[in-house]
Amino acid sequence: MLSVSDTIIATEGIGKTYGTVPVLREIDLRLRPGAILGLIGENGAGKSTLIKCLNGMVAPTTGTVYFDGKPCRSLTVANAIARGIVTVPQEFNLVNDLTVAENIFLGQELTSGFGLLRRQEMADRTQAILNRLNVTLEPTQRVGALSVAEKQCVEIAKALTTPCRVLIMDEPTTVLNQREVKTLFQLLRQFSQQGTAIIFVSHKLHEVRAISTEVAILRDGELVAQAPTSELTEADMARRMVGRELNQLFPELPAAPGAESAPVLEVENVSVPGLLHDISFTLRQGELLGLAGLVGAGRTELAETLYGLHRPSSGTIRLFGRRVRFHSPADAVQAGIAYLSEDRQGAGILTDFALTANITLTSLARYCHPFISRREEQHRAEHFISRLAIKTTSTQTPLRHLSGGNQQKTAIAKGLDHDPKIFLFDEPTRGIDIKAKTDVYRIIHALLGQGLSGIFISSDLEEVIGLCRRVAVMRSGRIAGFLEDDQITEEEIMYLATGVKA
Amino acid sequence: MATTPSSQNQFIHRLRRLAASQGPYLALALLLLVCAASSPAFRRPQNLLNITRQVSYSGIIALGMTAVIIGGGIDLSVGALLAFAGTVGIMAMNTCDNPTAGLTVAIVVMLLTGAAGGAINGALVTIGRLPPFIATLGTLSIFRSLSLYLAGAGLTTARHDVFMQVGGAVIGGVPLPAWILLLLTALGAVLMTCTKLGRHICAVGSNQRVARYAAINTGKVTLITYVLIGLLAGVSAFLLGGRLGSISSSTAGNAYELDAIAAVIIGGASMAGGRGSMTGTLAGILILGIIANILDMWGVSVYLQGAVKGVVIIIAVLLQRPQNQQA
Ligand SMILES: Nc1ncnc2c1ncn2[C@@H]1O[C@H](COP(=O)(O)OP(=O)(O)OP(=O)(O)O)[C@@H](O)[C@H]1O
Ligand SMILES: [Mg+2]
Repeated sequence: MLSVSDTIIATEGIGKTYGTVPVLREIDLRLRPGAILGLIGENGAGKSTLIKCLNGMVAPTTGTVYFDGKPCRSLTVANAIARGIVTVPQEFNLVNDLTVAENIFLGQELTSGFGLLRRQEMADRTQAILNRLNVTLEPTQRVGALSVAEKQCVEIAKALTTPCRVLIMDEPTTVLNQREVKTLFQLLRQFSQQGTAIIFVSHKLHEVRAISTEVAILRDGELVAQAPTSELTEADMARRMVGRELNQLFPELPAAPGAESAPVLEVENVSVPGLLHDISFTLRQGELLGLAGLVGAGRTELAETLYGLHRPSSGTIRLFGRRVRFHSPADAVQAGIAYLSEDRQGAGILTDFALTANITLTSLARYCHPFISRREEQHRAEHFISRLAIKTTSTQTPLRHLSGGNQQKTAIAKGLDHDPKIFLFDEPTRGIDIKAKTDVYRIIHALLGQGLSGIFISSDLEEVIGLCRRVAVMRSGRIAGFLEDDQITEEEIMYLATGVKA
Repeated sequence: MATTPSSQNQFIHRLRRLAASQGPYLALALLLLVCAASSPAFRRPQNLLNITRQVSYSGIIALGMTAVIIGGGIDLSVGALLAFAGTVGIMAMNTCDNPTAGLTVAIVVMLLTGAAGGAINGALVTIGRLPPFIATLGTLSIFRSLSLYLAGAGLTTARHDVFMQVGGAVIGGVPLPAWILLLLTALGAVLMTCTKLGRHICAVGSNQRVARYAAINTGKVTLITYVLIGLLAGVSAFLLGGRLGSISSSTAGNAYELDAIAAVIIGGASMAGGRGSMTGTLAGILILGIIANILDMWGVSVYLQGAVKGVVIIIAVLLQRPQNQQA
């Protein structure tokens, strides 16, 4: 094993206990300059907590963090950044009311001799980094108006403009497309060649294999392995993460609903000014229609329109044969539509609310006779905790104490709890581990068998291909084309999404 | 060696949890003990009953303020609304010759005026999309000025004695306003913890966007909280007017909104919304009342009492700050 003096960052015996619950135990991690460490583990294994021990967000209960081979006592966020330990956190840390450039330079503003801001220079440098990341964003755009994927890019850009020696990224790719991921990886390799050590967390094991030089695996708060990536296959990683063999990822696809299957949702020539142009498609009973496209193609906007969040300026939406006009999500829910937002903490869950109250938030009316029945709520929460394997200490734990993936599972449970007939999934597997993904896939399929219909949006093409028998590909607010069965391949999707042959 | 720090941690952890969840009640109990021990005059039942009466008027408003603040808003106009509703109500009562009819008219008009004033605030915040601070700062000025105009800047005095009999009523040794405060606290606690509306108010205050995506009619929920506090301002106007036999257009309800906000915060609510409790607010208003009373007993200048109140509010907020967040 590497001796501590050769490392840029290392830990010895790091442990963290919340209340009485240990979430990290005796972690000995060593990282040499230029290394790219893939940090993997199931939801709630302790990845984010370990990261927070390294960047000063959390004070470990036991153990020592070494930087440049020297122990650092009482690491704070400020002196971690001063030492060049820079983090892209799992949950965004952006100020919605500021612009992209202002966010990127927040806390490290460039000033002239008189303390005045050098706006032009900050805007130029922001533009430069955005170009390197290959994203089309203006430095002057307000962050609050950006999509989740765009916010993720701003968060990454912010980290990359900070001078860093250790770059930590907690699930930076959950909402990014292949293309953006590829650009990001090129940048990371450049950083690594300049001697920056990188810690990269992801549940997409193929990404971990592609980018990392070594892999660390956490299981239930313990470091079960740290090994060169070349020695591990994806299957090895998955097995050691979970502690047992995993079977096949995607369930058998059910037969495609035939033309005799009743249409449940018919969208005809729907336009929303500035967002959607002339969208038409039909969703049949029991069908899971995939929606693919690049960041900004309008997939989320389409789902939000169907959920009553945007008012179409023209076109018609028919639900079970009846024409509908939704004025709010309340109307949509009433009509049997559920929407799982891609923006987990911004629109999906209440981090201050208990797990139970989150699950019953939309469906609360059915627990009231006339007072809320806590016992029924409790039952429902327990049901979902076991069905989705949500890792939590109790049903009353506030969601902010749950790991990111477990928060995501709660958001799914919240959508399922009002028994929708049509479910709009927007990045449903964002940040959830590979075992939980297979659980979610199975649940979706079971529900389709019971007559649910769904729309499935995901930046993970593999997922779209594995789950859907029909895919609509969007490009700049329009549907560029439909693909069916054997036509659904990455090349075809990317061709329609970009308009150019790869 | 491993067990000692962790069991010690565990103890500290429990203590913090206890302090965080029961803080206002512990503080109230402690305060009562200290005051009772230090001053025989304070211990007298008559004094204690007086305190309950004194805190009732702003206390009833504080209950409404709890709902408004949990819902992510604030209402600065309630003190002025009390004066306005009281003035209008007494004027309406004075047009009736029959005392019972007059009393009925007074209560109905005060409640309706209060609710209408609240609805205006609510509409400005939801439909008009004004920040609650600004909207209610505006209506504060409007309500106060309207009551000054109606009453010619003076008192509006009730002509029926029955009004004062009700306002001064004592049931089972306890003043009527105190009973009503207690009853409304219980109702408020049930509303906030056991009903859909209560849960929705918390959700809207916690994150309005999440609430909207969860099919909650956020505008309606917010509007209801303002109507509720307006209604309670009407109740308070009736009780205060009945106690004094009149409503002063210039001083009635002055600074009640500040006492109410202070009580809500001392009671453990978050100014950012989403968190708070009716019983905590009751503890908060009692803490404020007891402090004012004991300072009187100790002969501290009235002018200094505000400073003490301020210190208490600041300490309460400091104690309730989340513990494990580093700067
Ligand atoms: N503030 C907290 N209070 C109590 N428990 C916490 C707190 N933060 C995290 N935990 C618990 O610590 C465990 C590890 O959480 P962590 O966020 O590190 O997981 P993770 O590996 O990053 O998971 P994910 O892949 O879902 O992001 C979880 O079981 C979580 O419930
Ligand atoms: Mg995490």
